[in-house]
Amino acid sequence: MDFINAFLPYILADIEKTTPDAIRIADYLPYILAGISVGGQYALISIGYTMVYGILRLINFAHGDIFMVAGFVMIYLSATLPLHISAVFVILITMLLGFVVERVAYKPLRNAPRMSIMISAIGVSYLLQNCAWYFTSGLAKQYPEIPWISESITIGSATTKIVTILTPVLTIILVAALVFLIKYTKIGMAMRAVSKDFETSRLMGIKINTVISITFLIGSFLAAVASLLYFTNYTTVTPVAGAMPGLKAFVAAVFGGIGSIPGAVVGAFIIGICENLIKGAGWTTFSDAFTFALLIIILVAKPTGLFGEKSTDKV
Amino acid sequence: MLKITDLKVSYGGIEAVKGISFEVPEKSIVTLIGANGAGKSTTLRSISGLVRPKSGKIEFLGEDITGKDAADIMAKGITLVPEGRRIFPDLTVLENLKIGAYLRKDDLTDDLNWIYDLFPRLKERSWQPGGTLSGGEQQMLAVGRALMSRPKLIMMDEPSLGLAPLVVRNIFDIIKEINRQGVTILLIEQNANMALKTADIGYVMETGRITMTGSGEELLANEAVKAAYLGT
Ligand SMILES: Nc1ncnc2c1ncn2[C@@H]1O[C@H](COP(=O)(O)OP(=O)(O)OP(=O)(O)O)[C@@H](O)[C@H]1O
Ligand SMILES: [Mg+2]
Repeated sequence: MDFINAFLPYILADIEKTTPDAIRIADYLPYILAGISVGGQYALISIGYTMVYGILRLINFAHGDIFMVAGFVMIYLSATLPLHISAVFVILITMLLGFVVERVAYKPLRNAPRMSIMISAIGVSYLLQNCAWYFTSGLAKQYPEIPWISESITIGSATTKIVTILTPVLTIILVAALVFLIKYTKIGMAMRAVSKDFETSRLMGIKINTVISITFLIGSFLAAVASLLYFTNYTTVTPVAGAMPGLKAFVAAVFGGIGSIPGAVVGAFIIGICENLIKGAGWTTFSDAFTFALLIIILVAKPTGLFGEKSTDKV
Repeated sequence: MLKITDLKVSYGGIEAVKGISFEVPEKSIVTLIGANGAGKSTTLRSISGLVRPKSGKIEFLGEDITGKDAADIMAKGITLVPEGRRIFPDLTVLENLKIGAYLRKDDLTDDLNWIYDLFPRLKERSWQPGGTLSGGEQQMLAVGRALMSRPKLIMMDEPSLGLAPLVVRNIFDIIKEINRQGVTILLIEQNANMALKTADIGYVMETGRITMTGSGEELLANEAVKAAYLGT
């Protein structure tokens, strides 16, 4: 949060120059709300990166594209099915996709050098994008309007969609449930063990492949939820729609200390809020650049990220 | 109980175990001694399913378990205390013990109490992360973790490595105690003297082969063993 505190005076000063009459934090409320909302969406995606990294030391480049596919699945399903049923199927199909990607593209490379599996991940990423091009003929598709969460509400000076408020609440609930699962359940304990030592975990009777699959199922589940929330705000989906949110979520995971779930969540909220404050200050063109500048700064100054050293958080 | 026939294991092109055969009778303590690189750890690792043997046969309670998955072998009642302890540093002592019983679905209270009786130190430290324990405590934890699965056969790879003489004696006492309670033990040791005194049967391994067999006392009295492994 230091970041925002450091930024705010400049942002406010800038506003002062241009619109001297209206320098109130309230002007920024819509941007802060939007930031928290998109931050929550990034958080849900970034958990998939950070958990997979924690257990396989793999950056799953295909994760953003799985998120994109979830968007298209919703579009196609909602053409024939009611929305709530479509949403359920989107979640199930996305989880299945994550599972299949792991089994087909990563599992056979379990004993291969790490670089091979990274390259396989890049391959899957392009494969999914190209399949999406093929099925959509490259045209952007209209995302369905989900009635309840698209409705407007007014908070203070800001009018926004319900999804903006729903996202952070849902994110916190899901993250809390996930942290509970990892800390206090048997499968969570197995996940922590596997992330540290494959061989000894096998000696304990843990089926490594099952634990890894569960990790991918959880990551894909959260990405599917994020896609439902995210695309509601953007109205269309394209085959590259997963790239930007995927990258930002990845930066959030690195920023928070890759492998750490709380780190990824905090990183995602910070990035979401900062981006939107920058937009609020009128520098929209720089809002993406900010995120990637942040990535470079983190990698140079503190490669382990915010929470990277607390290895107990790793999964 | 455990019967190994003509077991061969190789890493890439290098044959680490070159056709060994031996048996571990039920309720016995059997030890495997030998110089560094003789292939002792490799033997245990292939029994527990961590490495796939090139050829040969491993039978446990009459069943062929050669090449089975480690988790399945564990489920049959064979457990390994691996070389170098390999406790989970981020898990608490209690979690390390519980994960040893990962495949069990029954109540663990009695077993935890049993382990805490064997190693009172662990009870005091049950909430500490495993990685913060001393080397000796970690070894106790590794043995305790293995016992939590209620194994029929427990294999230990150099349990006394790096421990103070007094603790070494303690570990061997506990090995005998565990054996008295009906668990069969296959032990690898550098400390040949202690191992042979404790064991019913000893095997000497040299560069992938078993070169000598006998009861613990016989091997202790054997001149070649004395010269090579007992330093007397
Ligand atoms: N993963 C591996 N890859 C290649 N070679 C290996 C591997 N593990 C063991 N070896 C080789 O196999 C041989 C036997 O090793 P092993 O660990 O079984 O010996 P050991 O009898 O347990 O020795 P020590 O008493 O030093 O533990 C050694 O020459 C070793 O270099
Ligand atoms: Mg060894």
